[in-house]
Amino acid sequence: MLQVSLYRYNPETDSEPFMQDLEVDTGGRDLMVLDVLEMIKASDPSVTFRRSCREGVCGSDGVNMNGKNGLACITPLSETVRNNKLVVRPLPGLPVVRDLVVDLELFYQQYEKIEPYLQNHNPAPAIERLQSPEERAKLDGLYECILCACCSTSCPSFWWNPERFIGPAGLLQSYRFLADSRDTATEERLAKLDDPYSVFRCHGIQNCVSVCPKGLNPTQAIGKVRNLLLQRAT
Amino acid sequence: MASIRTISFDGVIVGGGGAGLRAALQLSQSGYETAVISKVFPTRSHTVSAQGGITCAIASMDPEDDWRWHMYDTVKGSDYIGDQDAIEYMCSVGPEAVFELEHMGLPFSRTEQGRIYQRPFGGQSKNFGEGGQAARTCAAADRTGHALLHTLYQGNIKNRTVFLNEWFAVDLVKNQDGAVTGVIAICMETGETVHVKSRATVFATGGAGRIYASTTNAHINTGDGIGMALRADLPVQDIEMWQFHPTGIAGAGVLVTEGCRGEGGYLINRDGERFMERYAPNAKDLAGRDVVARSMVQEILEGRGCGPEADHVYLKLDHLGEEVLQSRLPGICELSKTFAHADPVKEPVPVVPTCHYMMGGIPTNVQGQALTQDSGSEDRVVEGLYACGEVACVSVHGANRLGGNSLLDLVVFGRAVGLHMETALREGIERRESSESDLEFSMTRLNRLNRSQSGDSVAELRKDLQNVMQNHFGVFRNGEFMREGIGKLAELRERIEQVYLPDKSQAYNTARLEALELQNLMGVAEATAITAEQRRESRGAHAREDFQERDDHNWLCHSMYFPAEGRVGKREVNFAPKSVETFQPKMRSY
Ligand SMILES: Cc1cc2nc3c(=O)[nH]c(=O)nc-3n(C[C@H](O)[C@H](O)[C@H](O)COP(=O)(O)OP(=O)(O)OC[C@H]3O[C@@H](n4cnc5c(N)ncnc54)[C@H](O)[C@@H]3O)c2cc1C
Ligand code: SF4
Ligand code: SF4
Ligand code: FES
Repeated sequence: MLQVSLYRYNPETDSEPFMQDLEVDTGGRDLMVLDVLEMIKASDPSVTFRRSCREGVCGSDGVNMNGKNGLACITPLSETVRNNKLVVRPLPGLPVVRDLVVDLELFYQQYEKIEPYLQNHNPAPAIERLQSPEERAKLDGLYECILCACCSTSCPSFWWNPERFIGPAGLLQSYRFLADSRDTATEERLAKLDDPYSVFRCHGIQNCVSVCPKGLNPTQAIGKVRNLLLQRAT
Repeated sequence: MASIRTISFDGVIVGGGGAGLRAALQLSQSGYETAVISKVFPTRSHTVSAQGGITCAIASMDPEDDWRWHMYDTVKGSDYIGDQDAIEYMCSVGPEAVFELEHMGLPFSRTEQGRIYQRPFGGQSKNFGEGGQAARTCAAADRTGHALLHTLYQGNIKNRTVFLNEWFAVDLVKNQDGAVTGVIAICMETGETVHVKSRATVFATGGAGRIYASTTNAHINTGDGIGMALRADLPVQDIEMWQFHPTGIAGAGVLVTEGCRGEGGYLINRDGERFMERYAPNAKDLAGRDVVARSMVQEILEGRGCGPEADHVYLKLDHLGEEVLQSRLPGICELSKTFAHADPVKEPVPVVPTCHYMMGGIPTNVQGQALTQDSGSEDRVVEGLYACGEVACVSVHGANRLGGNSLLDLVVFGRAVGLHMETALREGIERRESSESDLEFSMTRLNRLNRSQSGDSVAELRKDLQNVMQNHFGVFRNGEFMREGIGKLAELRERIEQVYLPDKSQAYNTARLEALELQNLMGVAEATAITAEQRRESRGAHAREDFQERDDHNWLCHSMYFPAEGRVGKREVNFAPKSVETFQPKMRSY
């Protein structure tokens, strides 16, 4: 029997959140954490979490498992369970709506702030804009972000300044457009980031890198944005 | 009945997947007040899972490529019940729609010339089937859906579309004249039920693959749009046509793209034999999906399956080499390691045909307006309602969809819907009124659920439903067995109508939503079952053991399921494209 400790909070009935202890019969199988949550929900439908694709591509089920952020659907028990114990909590640092569901509004706002869309001031050709495979390769490791928020909610700088520090996810996307050979708004993009908070609150702690379920490296991207900003200043 | 809060927009789009976002983009660009309702944050919609690509004759890999060849393949793939006017529109407008996506920033993979990379997919040919395999599927590695969905969402941010994210549409609101005036929806965070009024409503709610126990589809693919349409007494078309994808990972259901075979992978049985050479000597592993899926099941039934239970076959990829796999199919390598514990660089992936795509849906015309039939079996537009994407049946896929044609369908018809709505709004369609009594039916259903004191649980009923569909309406079908399945569904219907909701709270109540989703699954399952039993022939994905031949005399037509009477009717297929000659039905071989 797997020992599960689950964060519970229903704003209508609970004055405070609490941890609920449960036992789950996994039949010895190396299930994904999401499977375990679904098993719990089958017997107690009030248990609340987000999920959709169940294959690690939609970014719905970012949660904190035994202290580490990740996607429940692609985290096998063998990877997280220690001493037969699994503690599941919502992603840290954001308001909890109910149980494992957090309010991602601030996270999305930071994403929108970087103007996450291609800007090109020249008229579009009749076919596609050309881009060499080498230019396209610069977007690898950037465009794959699924907006799961695992990184930003593991970042101390984001916890302290969620309104002013863009955070690793937003900055990774910022660099995705700066790095795109088809984007011509580099100067405007950099000008909007040039303040003490948006980028420079990052202290290179790399929590974001260690939790990203897609193996992306926001710290590296932030470093590149920072260099562009410093070059621009000189 | 206490009245509920009302909000109003010019256009309301239910669904934030590829189809919904493309329609929304068109409409918000035109300046009309546009709202998208989505039960998940848009980038979490199922479109994000699409892997292999978007098929379109942009003539990058082959400068000679021609949209008419793509049209030919699509008509043949549909086993001749795809509407030729709609297919013509999709294939000819396609390149424009794909270039638009590129201009919006979609990070397509590239050729040495800097153009969009295209890979071969199943059922593709050059020169009307005479010129060999084509490479027509535009790809962003094996994450095309992700790249497409994020790009469209970004485009909507730019154009300031209003998003009602994590709102769940419960029912259509139809007034006494039969016109659609909006939807009733629940704001998930607060639990509030709201009447969302609009001058035109679009359904882009995606598929319903969760009616089967084993599926490549996301948990949220519960056919809500079909459920709502059926409850509003609107018919659905070709709903018996379900695609089983050849390569779902055995046990997990998770998909590995047809692009694997496009890049040179192939299927083997327990003897290591490349068995598709026997079933489809020309196209082999790139025959139509229905053909490959049936061949696999045949191998398994004849005892040549792999694994201890001999219940799957293998997809061999290791001969492609690590470099190709990592650059072209990186996502597949990840999924295979996670869900099959197999590294494709070293070992084959265990795969089995798995429910994948709903070819049928809400019938529409080429502009995306929803259709019903009047008493004389003539088409009639349902005022105020549009549909596009997987929930719609326009019909470009007929009895079998070709790989990569769904993403094209989403953007071409999402755009067409937006264009038509824009014109209609400009011409001043009046805001149609609805009264309290038009909401009553839906509110009664919600109230019953919210007051339920006993009954079976959602989890249990859902499992029962999925097992009936899996066992009785799978790759091979048979009349007697289907009739047994229909009996089981009838029993389930009673229990599902009386489902018990123990959690009555308001805030983010997912238990309530799952109960409502279950009722939608029930509607889709029942329509599928009844229509499948009635179509007494084999065509495309619908393969009957008791009627093994295609019957063009009786069934070269769409099926129409009318929910009120549980009746199956027929509708003519369009054989009148505007700019090319009709493609006449032929024997379909690969
Ligand atoms: C694993 C996989 C891989 C695929 N790969 C390819 C491929 O390579 N090429 C290809 O062409 N096709 C592919 N397909 C098919 C294709 O991805 C889908 O058919 C397509 O994405 C459906 O898009 P859609 O916009 O119609 O719906 P979805 O993307 O499913 O979106 C539906 C939307 O409706 C919303 N919604 C649903 N019900 C409600 C409700 N009640 N209230 C509010 N909102 C609601 C959802 O929130 C969501 O936003 C693949 C499918 C699968 C399963
Ligand atoms: S490296 Fe920067 S962004 Fe990443 S966790 Fe540390 S402070 Fe946050
Ligand atoms: S960078 Fe990684 S962890 Fe952060 S939101 Fe994107 S996918 Fe999630
Ligand atoms: S459910 Fe989609 S990422 Fe886990």
